[in-house]
Amino acid sequence: MEQSSASRGRFGIHGGQYIPETLMNAVLELEEAYNQYKEDPEFNAELADLFNNYAGRPSLLYFAANMTADLGGAKVYLKREDLNHTGAHKINNVLGQALLAKKMGKTRLIAETGAGQHGVATATAAALMGMECVVYMGREDMERQALNVYRMRLLGAEVRGVDAGTATLKDAVSETFREWTNRIDDTHYCLGSVMGPHPFPTIVRDFQAVISRESRAQMLEAEGRLPDAVLACVGGGSNAIGSFYHYINDKSVRLIGCEAAGRGIDTWETAATISTGRLGIFHGMKSYFCQDEYGQIAPVYSISAGLDYPGVGPEHAALHDSGRAEYVAITDDEAVDAFEYLSRTEGVIPAIESAHAVAHAMKLAPTMRRDQIMVVTLSGRGDKDVAAIARYRGEDLHE
Amino acid sequence: MSNCTLGDGERPTQRAAANGERTRDERPTQRAAAPRRSFPHIADAFANSPNGKAFIPFITAGDPTLDVTEKLVLAMSHAGADLIELGIPFSDPTAEGPVIQEANLRALANKVTTDNVFNMVARVREQSQVPLVIMTYANVVYSYGIERFAARQAELGMGGVILPDVPHEEKEEFDEPFAAAGLDVVSLIAPTSHERIRAIAADARGFVYCVSSLGVTGVRSQITTDIGAMVSLVKEVRPDLPCAVGFGISTPEQAARMASLSDGAIVGSAIVRMIGELGEDCVEPVADYVRRMADAVHGV
Repeated sequence: MEQSSASRGRFGIHGGQYIPETLMNAVLELEEAYNQYKEDPEFNAELADLFNNYAGRPSLLYFAANMTADLGGAKVYLKREDLNHTGAHKINNVLGQALLAKKMGKTRLIAETGAGQHGVATATAAALMGMECVVYMGREDMERQALNVYRMRLLGAEVRGVDAGTATLKDAVSETFREWTNRIDDTHYCLGSVMGPHPFPTIVRDFQAVISRESRAQMLEAEGRLPDAVLACVGGGSNAIGSFYHYINDKSVRLIGCEAAGRGIDTWETAATISTGRLGIFHGMKSYFCQDEYGQIAPVYSISAGLDYPGVGPEHAALHDSGRAEYVAITDDEAVDAFEYLSRTEGVIPAIESAHAVAHAMKLAPTMRRDQIMVVTLSGRGDKDVAAIARYRGEDLHE
Repeated sequence: MSNCTLGDGERPTQRAAANGERTRDERPTQRAAAPRRSFPHIADAFANSPNGKAFIPFITAGDPTLDVTEKLVLAMSHAGADLIELGIPFSDPTAEGPVIQEANLRALANKVTTDNVFNMVARVREQSQVPLVIMTYANVVYSYGIERFAARQAELGMGGVILPDVPHEEKEEFDEPFAAAGLDVVSLIAPTSHERIRAIAADARGFVYCVSSLGVTGVRSQITTDIGAMVSLVKEVRPDLPCAVGFGISTPEQAARMASLSDGAIVGSAIVRMIGELGEDCVEPVADYVRRMADAVHGV
């Protein structure tokens, strides 16, 4: 049997709700509230207002003329999620969940964060909506991203260091789940990606789907046709699923997710879950995970803290199984080259996460015809990564 | 039931337990007398206790070593434990507090695997038929192969599994292969379960694990949940199904109170903390503690 007949929230065989009984009523209430509000005109008007007048949506679909000319193949468009308030796509999901939590009568948001982008976005939404906010962050990551820790505190959030396990993102997720079992009544877990137990993968996808809703309309407006390929980086997979969603039924559009290969998929220092992982059950979902032969979750590595997670969202796992989406692995070296390339070529410094998608665009565009079109989602801006890239290149630069 | 099962009259005396585990020359007889699959089910652990109430200690297998785990299982059985929960360590134990999290990491650092936990259980089975249940996380069982895991447990005369990250909605995928092997996947109910309790109890097997408090495992000075109300909801649906309470229990008084409100008490963190502090010297102190706790539960 692949799954239980009572199981909810499946994408093919993936997904489900593998969480302690203590949290079951909380996720059932969340699902019920979401089903009520997602069709509610007033809720949607409020969210649209936050998107447009607070987060700065719609984000630009920018024609990268220099990159197109330089690569000499497909026309390259960049979907500029880096221009959103707080500098990344994370704000789309956070504004949606914070508004939903508020409607549910919750007064406190808790969240996990890796590099700090989702933590900053959650702290921002909490400040805006007058909610209490606690962010869990691996102790290792707090040291590496001291600026984001201060940013969250500036926004009024409490940042709690996680020393358990490897003291990185997966441990921050585990600790946030533990805190949620401890305090449910007034608290919403604002999960940062299309992962975890149902209904999170669906809720987060729906809030991020604004990316492809806009880009599809913008592309039809600019070119009068759909793109031939859509590229996005994949950690848990929220910007990628948001970038893909409204193209899934357009079979002519190739959907390509770019995972973090770290030092290579033939090494242990990788976070490329679909390329190297196996089917498993962890953090509330059935999906692909980097793990050993006994199911112990593997420590993963990528230069990009935002992609440094041992699993992938269940909808991506299903899109991989069905072959509707392709997943490729991009190494640290390739991502850093792309980071520098886009900075020099277009005057746009991408997040190191997004640079994984740019790296694949650099390989793919020259193999495509000049009358073909690709959209690359820039999930975030790269200011946060400048010091780390300098160090990668051997310069002693600290924030 | 096999005649070497530790029933009422056969429970070793405290003095025998204090003398340590059974001698090696007892082993061949024990093994010959224990035909395959003639093993105690989880429910027998309750039925065979002096007063129908079970004391259920938890330890993480391989902490500090599998040899010590083997000695602990035998010593806890001699000290009056009715059912022993053996944890197979997992890298990311999301339902555990710091004490058991650290035990999991210590065991994994010792290269403990599912297979060598089963091999240790095989050594225990040469000496004891104490009822045993595995506590671990879904991925450990799923990764091993659910049917294969159940078959190995059945071969070793174990009672089944407790999987804190498999709620009622996801249980069937695990339940069916385990039931086919004659084993139980234990259901949990929590203070937040409310109206879910009846449905969970309706198809629960073995016993119902009553989670006493919100949050994760760990010692608590007070348990404020209305345990009696949770248990009576279970009993409305399944009058004969045992309920045991876990999370937060550390003193004989707490254990006796929980056993008076239900059919047993489960203690993990208090024991695992002793093991963490005492290392290889933990066996006798843990046995003494288990004896006090088991006496408290059996004295209700």
